[in-house]
Amino acid sequence: MTDKILTTRMDAHPSDSNTLARYLETGGYTALRKALAMDPDVLKESVKASNLRGRGGAGFPCGVKWGFLGDSYPRYLVVNGDESEPGTFKDRQLLERDPHQLLEGMIITSYALGVKQAFAYIRGEYPKPARRLQAAIDEASAAGYLGDDILGSGFDLDVTVHLGAGAYICGEETALLNSLEGKRGEPRIKPPFPAIAGLYAGPTIVNNVETISNIPWIVNNGGSAYAAIGPETSAGTRMFSLSGHINRPGNYEIVMGLSWRDLIYDIAGGIPGGKELKCWIPGGASAPWFTPELLDTPVTIDDVGANGSMLGSGAVVVMDETTNVVAAAHRIVRFFSHESCGQCTPCREGTTWMERILWRILNGYGRPADIGLLLDVSDNISPGLRWPPAQTTICPLGPSAVSPVTSLMDHFRDEVEAMIGEAVPVA
Amino acid sequence: MTNAIEHWSASNQDRARVLLDSYPDRRSAVMPLLYLASLEHGHVTEDAMREVSDLTGMSAAQVQSVASFYTMYKRDDVGTYLISVCTSISCFLRGADDVLDAVEREAGTPDGETSEDGLLSVEHVECIGACGGAPAVQVNYEFVEGVRPDKAQALVRWLRDARPRVVLADEMQQLFGSEQSFDWAIAGVEGAIAPVPAFGPYGSAEDGR
Repeated sequence: MTDKILTTRMDAHPSDSNTLARYLETGGYTALRKALAMDPDVLKESVKASNLRGRGGAGFPCGVKWGFLGDSYPRYLVVNGDESEPGTFKDRQLLERDPHQLLEGMIITSYALGVKQAFAYIRGEYPKPARRLQAAIDEASAAGYLGDDILGSGFDLDVTVHLGAGAYICGEETALLNSLEGKRGEPRIKPPFPAIAGLYAGPTIVNNVETISNIPWIVNNGGSAYAAIGPETSAGTRMFSLSGHINRPGNYEIVMGLSWRDLIYDIAGGIPGGKELKCWIPGGASAPWFTPELLDTPVTIDDVGANGSMLGSGAVVVMDETTNVVAAAHRIVRFFSHESCGQCTPCREGTTWMERILWRILNGYGRPADIGLLLDVSDNISPGLRWPPAQTTICPLGPSAVSPVTSLMDHFRDEVEAMIGEAVPVA
Repeated sequence: MTNAIEHWSASNQDRARVLLDSYPDRRSAVMPLLYLASLEHGHVTEDAMREVSDLTGMSAAQVQSVASFYTMYKRDDVGTYLISVCTSISCFLRGADDVLDAVEREAGTPDGETSEDGLLSVEHVECIGACGGAPAVQVNYEFVEGVRPDKAQALVRWLRDARPRVVLADEMQQLFGSEQSFDWAIAGVEGAIAPVPAFGPYGSAEDGR
């Protein structure tokens, strides 16, 4: 039983896991040789059989997504390394410490999909991860794993690293494609989905860094071996980023299906100073918060969804009993307000209003009507305030800003009311 | 087309040509070209946008629409050292506001401004992907993690006094950092020489000292 896939090399060879020499010495590019001898359709079936689900946030089955790819050429693979969901820092580690693993996954995926030009879109604040990936590309090109007639197979591929410039919204796949086309990073209305009309209107697959980093292992070991790891609907290992009030923050590659208690207390060492857990965010700033009564529920994509939140990008942000949750919610809403692209009125205006209302509650200027106003503005972005969220906007950024507000109202309304009760009335 | 950048350094002119050839459509090169133009002009000036417009075949208005969308394209002067303090949720929970305060006071420069001598710019930023090493700071987009207020002050003083030509994450981490998001392990030999992401094809990376 495998318990680690993505981080074995970097753990065993901390000082040079990024180099081609170490990659080859530890079995690197054997999956590519194997894949190039396979029929692309068989390869695609294997990935479908793996039950690998997207690691960027939405959790969509990777093989199914590949199956939607349109018939026309040229077609593109775009790896999403725009990792910007607050609390998430796993792709940064995968890029810095094992860039060849991602690159081999990209080459295999491109071969399977008939792609000759692939892109890696890396967020602008990650120049070092981008440098490491570019160095891997240069090494692989010189050694014949990339470029024309790869390993004598007749298959050609170029990979371009594209640096973003500080816009969270470019992690949304259609915004990312607009950005890559040299436009403002504004999400597109779907359909058409990128698989049909994506980059330059060609069929395009957009996959997260972690998702594609799993591909070499799947090719080497078979899709069914991957599917056999962990719970049926959350197959494989998963990188979790733990941060906040936690004794051992960091990235942990684990098999899903353990409990939140296991993850927070056993693996990440619990809360500093022996303090009590107040709440945690189970899957990045966009996700509704969990409170301690859910500590013994399983960490799987489906269980977290059934409990009213999402595993998202795998970012777990822990808050202890001393946390001012209004301040925490304000900080998250401020993020979304700043990152709203401005296309859709409910999000552009709504997130701004929500940020201001939370600010004045936090700073002693709250008004009795503010709770109703916050919920009303939230409802205009995400009608019904239900989970999974409805939206009046093109993309899910608006509803993401609603998550901390509903979390606050569902679990800590008394704290908000107390803060408003103590406010000094403004004449 | 490329005669619009005849006054650029020879190496940056070469880089611009490589970038234009890296994409199926010239327009896609607008983002890296804006970084390159920032290096030439210090920030994204009107001239910079006109040059990028000539290179990509986009209208100047289209270039401006892109430049104004992304926070990392600076349209005002930026100091030699751009100090970015993360104040998003994970860093906030670990005391980032005190770090920002310490940086502002030591630099004598409020959030969003540049010091009068043009050396230091201070900004608060949204999540930079260093949550496991919170609170985190970047100088010219190179990371320092696990930064306490006193170390943040020391970092500002060091930038002012030592004026490193190349900003190296490993060096800053050793001097001013503590907890890291993950073990960096592999020595970083490249660093930033300007307040633009130090990525080779965009022209600012070079070997460290």
